Amino acid sequence: MSIKKTIGSTMKLNRRTFLKASAVASSTAALAACGSKSALDEFLQKNFRFMSKQEIGEVIQRLETQYAQQYGKEISVSAKEALPETFFGYALDISRCIGCRKCVYACVEENNQTQAPQMHWIQVLEMEKEKGIDFMDANLYYQHEEVPHEGHFYLPVQCQQCKNPPCVKSCPVNATWTTKDGIVVVDYNWCIGCRCCMAACPYGARHYNWGQVELDPETINPDTHYLGNRPRYKGAVEKCTFCIQRVREGRYPACVEVCPVGARKFGNLLDPDSEIRYILENKRVLILKEELNTQPKFYYFYGT
Amino acid sequence: MKFIRFLKECFKVIVRGSHRYYIWLAFLFGVIVWGSTGYIQQIKQGLLVTNMRDPISWAYYIGNFTFLVGVAAAAVMLVIPAYIYNWKPLKEVVIFGELLAISAVIMCILFVIVDVGNPLRLWHMIPGIGTLNLPSSLLAWDSLILSLYFVLNLVVVSYLLFNHFYQRETKKRLLNTLILLSIPVAIGIHTVTAFLYNGFAARPFWNSALLAPKFLASAFCSGPAVLIILFQILRKTTTFEIKEEAIWKIAELMAYAMFINLFFFAAEVFKEVYSDTEHLVHLEYLFKGVGENRDMVMWGWTSLIISVIAFLLFLIPATRKNVITLNIGAILIWFGVYIEKGIALLIPGFTPDVLGQIYIYRPSLIELKISAGIFAIGFLIFTLMTKIAIAIIFENFNITSLKKKPA
Amino acid sequence: MKKLRLALGILAAWSVAVLLGPGLLTSGLTPSSIHTPPQTAADAQHEIAVPPPPFSEDIYPCSACHADMEVNLERRELEDFHDDITLEHDEENRWCMDCHDAENRDILHSASGEPIAFEESYKLCGQCHGPKLRDWRAGIHGRRTGEWNGRKDYLLCAHCHNPHAPRFKSMKPEPAPEKPGKIK
Repeated sequence: MSIKKTIGSTMKLNRRTFLKASAVASSTAALAACGSKSALDEFLQKNFRFMSKQEIGEVIQRLETQYAQQYGKEISVSAKEALPETFFGYALDISRCIGCRKCVYACVEENNQTQAPQMHWIQVLEMEKEKGIDFMDANLYYQHEEVPHEGHFYLPVQCQQCKNPPCVKSCPVNATWTTKDGIVVVDYNWCIGCRCCMAACPYGARHYNWGQVELDPETINPDTHYLGNRPRYKGAVEKCTFCIQRVREGRYPACVEVCPVGARKFGNLLDPDSEIRYILENKRVLILKEELNTQPKFYYFYGT
Repeated sequence: MKFIRFLKECFKVIVRGSHRYYIWLAFLFGVIVWGSTGYIQQIKQGLLVTNMRDPISWAYYIGNFTFLVGVAAAAVMLVIPAYIYNWKPLKEVVIFGELLAISAVIMCILFVIVDVGNPLRLWHMIPGIGTLNLPSSLLAWDSLILSLYFVLNLVVVSYLLFNHFYQRETKKRLLNTLILLSIPVAIGIHTVTAFLYNGFAARPFWNSALLAPKFLASAFCSGPAVLIILFQILRKTTTFEIKEEAIWKIAELMAYAMFINLFFFAAEVFKEVYSDTEHLVHLEYLFKGVGENRDMVMWGWTSLIISVIAFLLFLIPATRKNVITLNIGAILIWFGVYIEKGIALLIPGFTPDVLGQIYIYRPSLIELKISAGIFAIGFLIFTLMTKIAIAIIFENFNITSLKKKPA
Repeated sequence: MKKLRLALGILAAWSVAVLLGPGLLTSGLTPSSIHTPPQTAADAQHEIAVPPPPFSEDIYPCSACHADMEVNLERRELEDFHDDITLEHDEENRWCMDCHDAENRDILHSASGEPIAFEESYKLCGQCHGPKLRDWRAGIHGRRTGEWNGRKDYLLCAHCHNPHAPRFKSMKPEPAPEKPGKIK
């Protein structure tokens, strides 16, 4: 069923691309003939973890062609490996966050999250100062004229990049794993969509593509990584990857850069001179749901 | 060759039947087609057509799956006394328990398939070809043990019927080994399914060591409840025979199982209520509601009250042996456990979600449609297999009778 | 000891970066809003490279107006000019001349009277906000851009905090997520 559908939509979009971009027209026309082959290749694609370098190259090429047809523009898919001697950590200053949700939308833009149906990798919770961190009293849907709201503080939650991730353990097909640099990633082409990982995650960090993924070609971010922000599929799970496409290039995650109050910090836990190590060594740090032994690498701290 | 002949003859049996039989089949096919239209829509638009969302990512489908795993496991309830103690009245009908188990496992698998977002990728779970995550993924274990249970039951049933058909002696040792093996596997399917939930430290409502024992206890009620009703329908509508004592015995065993189930429940309630930790909120959601949200309360109390009534009906010999109260009890138990497993296990486990947010879930029409379709498939399979089994066991349908009749 | 080493390390790293000049500093990608401008030779005299201080338009150099004006050290409410500034920064105890230099209007001065360039105003702020200065130097106070394993972009305190009223103004939040029931 879905193979047929893929072929069908590929053909349809093919024509559009043909008219739109004459530069890539000749190659796309050639590809129309191989449409069914590419659908079969997609079906038979191996688990990313067990692919050879050559196989990865082939898959990436196929994906780039497919995305070009689908979105009418060039989208690069990187498979850049982890940098040596890196193990990423993240810290968020609870005393600074004002709950403006700029990070939520910067993440959406950077990571090509579908907006129809809506998906947010970052959930900003509003809590009462009087009660402290209490999820049962948290409000995800606050809407005020201005933030921070009197007597409240904010706790943004995203993937906590656990060192002992229950999601990875629960996946029946090894479609999710921790990379060498400590990022929990998903192979969106291997995920069967059983949602065990979502039940296993204590932080609500995993999100499911309930419907057809629709991205606006105008706003799509064309710099993608296979394990990160490349366009995803209906029926697969996705999550925050610390912006793997950025951090493996030495850049900061999008949420870090956008935060107007500088509450978000990121760095290499193995580097004793990194910002993140400074925070761990000098600040009052906490992790969420410590008792579950998930050992997050996403720390919350009080900067003041 | 002989087996092909056997299958051929069986096929002839299932296509012939009374008017009532044809109407029943037509009804089932109708529901299956109706359900399929729902599934086609779901394939096209994704699980967006269900009312599951990120906060409640498993719901009615997986609830049904869990209930049916219990039904499948309960076949063992009949196997143990029948074979181990060679208890005659049950031994005659045990094969129907196994048929029910087969149908239930098929429904289980179908419920998982419709719940999965990429059913075409299910080959990723095939050992050797895919990358099955053993030993750590409980769903991986569950898929293996369910398949094993399915194969075991299918082999035992076909072997029994095949031998019956050719009027051959069964190899007692082989059969008993297989049946003995199926007992731990039956307990296994339900235990592993319970562990699937049990293992999530993120969900305190399930993260209780009593979950697996409670699963078994409730399955030992719901499975036989289904059987008691089915046996009586079969006795009325076909040549199927079952002794009263057998039914009473089943009912008595159910009373014990229900007592254990209720006791475990009470133990859990005590622990949660008395210790009064933040985990209590899920139980509160089920029986009291949280804030304005009282969607589950009706189901929580209904399930509990009817389970207690059914327990009393089965406990008291007079009501256990009375056809009317027996059947009321069986229906109540079935309904009680169905609510408990299908609704009251999953939804409160997910509500409030891990970040304390409340999403009110009610199954969508498409979820109901697809589920009805799967149940119809299960009933169809059970009907056809039962038709064959009744013909062979009670209607003298065998190789000699066929030879006597001119083809 | 550790902190001292860290501070020295950052200092050393930055002197190297500054010496290596514009080529290295402008490589890599930064969001345009906080893009580090090419460093000029003049910047080399500052300890930490920062974008130019966020002056209001046409206000600097201050000496352009103040050169011809008589210095009035009397603490008073300003009426003719700079009346748009409301001091909300320990206003009970401070006023303009505590930070701005009366003799040379184009610089600031420390409590002890040492001159401080606007490009190094953090030294002035750090007199009272010592721990903040330390955190800022370590890269954990303030908005973080640049590279986690290389060049860091530093902003002056005044880029984010209005020095005359440093407390952040509240802002309108981005829209709330849709409730799951609304996601169709």
